[in-house]
Amino acid sequence: MSTPETTAAPTASPIPRAAAIALGDDALVLSHRLGEWAGHAPVLEEEVALANIALDLLGQARVLLSLAGDEDELAYLREERAFRNLQLVEQPNGDFAHTIVRQLYFSTYQHLLYAELAAGGGPFAPLAAKAVKEVAYHRDHAEQWTLRLGDGTEESHARMLRACEALWRFTGELFQPVEGVEVDGKRMETAWLASVGEILRRATLSVPEGPRSGAWAAGAGRQGLHTESFGRMLAEMQHLHRSHPGASW
Amino acid sequence: MATAAAQQTASTQAYGAQGAIGDTTAYQSVFDAAVAADERIEPRDWMPDAYRATLVRQIAQHAHSEIIGMQPEANWITRAPSLRRKAILMAKVQDEAGHGLYLYSAAETLGTGRDELLDKLHSGRQKYSSIFNYPTLTWADVGAIGWLVDGAAITNQVPLCRCSYGPYARAMVRICKEESFHQRQGYELLLALSKGTPEQHAMAQDAVDRWWWPSLMMFGPPDDESAHSAQSMAWKIKRHSNDELRQRFVDICVPQAESLGLTLPDPDLRWNEERGHHDFGPIDWTEFREVLKGNGPCNEQRITQRRKAHDEGAWVREAAAAHAAKHIGETGATRA
Repeated sequence: MSTPETTAAPTASPIPRAAAIALGDDALVLSHRLGEWAGHAPVLEEEVALANIALDLLGQARVLLSLAGDEDELAYLREERAFRNLQLVEQPNGDFAHTIVRQLYFSTYQHLLYAELAAGGGPFAPLAAKAVKEVAYHRDHAEQWTLRLGDGTEESHARMLRACEALWRFTGELFQPVEGVEVDGKRMETAWLASVGEILRRATLSVPEGPRSGAWAAGAGRQGLHTESFGRMLAEMQHLHRSHPGASW
Repeated sequence: MATAAAQQTASTQAYGAQGAIGDTTAYQSVFDAAVAADERIEPRDWMPDAYRATLVRQIAQHAHSEIIGMQPEANWITRAPSLRRKAILMAKVQDEAGHGLYLYSAAETLGTGRDELLDKLHSGRQKYSSIFNYPTLTWADVGAIGWLVDGAAITNQVPLCRCSYGPYARAMVRICKEESFHQRQGYELLLALSKGTPEQHAMAQDAVDRWWWPSLMMFGPPDDESAHSAQSMAWKIKRHSNDELRQRFVDICVPQAESLGLTLPDPDLRWNEERGHHDFGPIDWTEFREVLKGNGPCNEQRITQRRKAHDEGAWVREAAAAHAAKHIGETGATRA
């Protein structure tokens, strides 16, 4: 975690626990979804690439959750309603197009977020300074595949359009304020729309026109409200740990 | 191989003396001399067709084993019981994909591409290690695979770092380093279980009971029944016999099992002072042959999943190729 930029000025600010959990849950859940690809990727190089991204995210999750408490207790012993991740990251993998679009939407957001956090010098600055470099690769990977698949064959183009549309309504949530995360959400949103829009256009894909959030006034993932598939994901993830209370692994 | 000069000499002899292409005697003698002198054969060197075919078969089977071998372990990624274990397991399965890449590349240096080899795997014309036709039923199986299966693989593979074919030998150096890391991680996983709760200990013992005999079968049939061994030994593709390696593995595992606090499921296992080795009980070769024939617990499942992943990924590979073709020559064009 220590980098030349951060070791010079160690921060004394207290860690905002809710924020560490929200950002940690994003990384944990998306890492888990990417881990589901192992052995199923369309080409061997992508087995390596998707696992790499999953491992980076898991590393981020472990740092963030450890700032908030015991990483395993937080990952394995919370109920679905206590998770604070974005609904976007819990969306099932779908086909490779869905996985790539989910990654494009999320990595673009995470890159903007970590760049701001790294520059801001707050309690997350050391983590963000390291993570922003990893995330730059994730975003690049998603961008390159968006270009290939969008401007590839008729079939890949159609699959990408469907994925872009289907996941679009989970993108409004990315810019909702998170307690303890000191960033300018409005400015990030503008930058996100510009960046994603430009990539989609270069990929010959149209920017979806539908709403960017659900109509449910109660909110979404940051309020602990998730989509149905998330419960099954957690059931699988937590089952073994919960079957042996108190055991060490 | 030997040197450019030696190659040159061979060419002169082969073409010059006879004035015709097709006399391989001189090439053969240079090849034989290089193998005898423990020099490496390189991709551009002349080599007997049978040597090339043997290597392609062996490297392909090894590559296929790496990618099929991802399945039984990936089976536990989403259920790993701690985040630390999850990171270790994900990294391990990723390493296996990486090994597959090195090995398919090594095969490519012999003129056989990855697509062709995958096609042979999917159609059942090439095999992968039978060990992966056993299921991973509990978390402890992840540890048992690391300790025993990777341990057996290392025992088999370390001598391949000195294999006569250069690209394969060099790939094996890197693979063996990573495998040895995996083996220690597996051992450490089992140790944690063995010293854990009674349920965890029982889980570890059960896994070792199930994986021990299949691991011994990984060294292949007994020497007197091994179809390819003699020629491979002569070519220095293979350095030790199946039975020698199997014995070495047993001797390594016995004290490790004791340190783990686990027993190996063989009532005949005991130290033989006279031989300086452990004696062990008879291996059930009927089971080995059945699994090899396709009747193992997971043969069908493994190959079906592999084909499914490949077929479902076809549109992705086609799109990447189409994109590359459209944008060929563009600066900064995306690479497929």
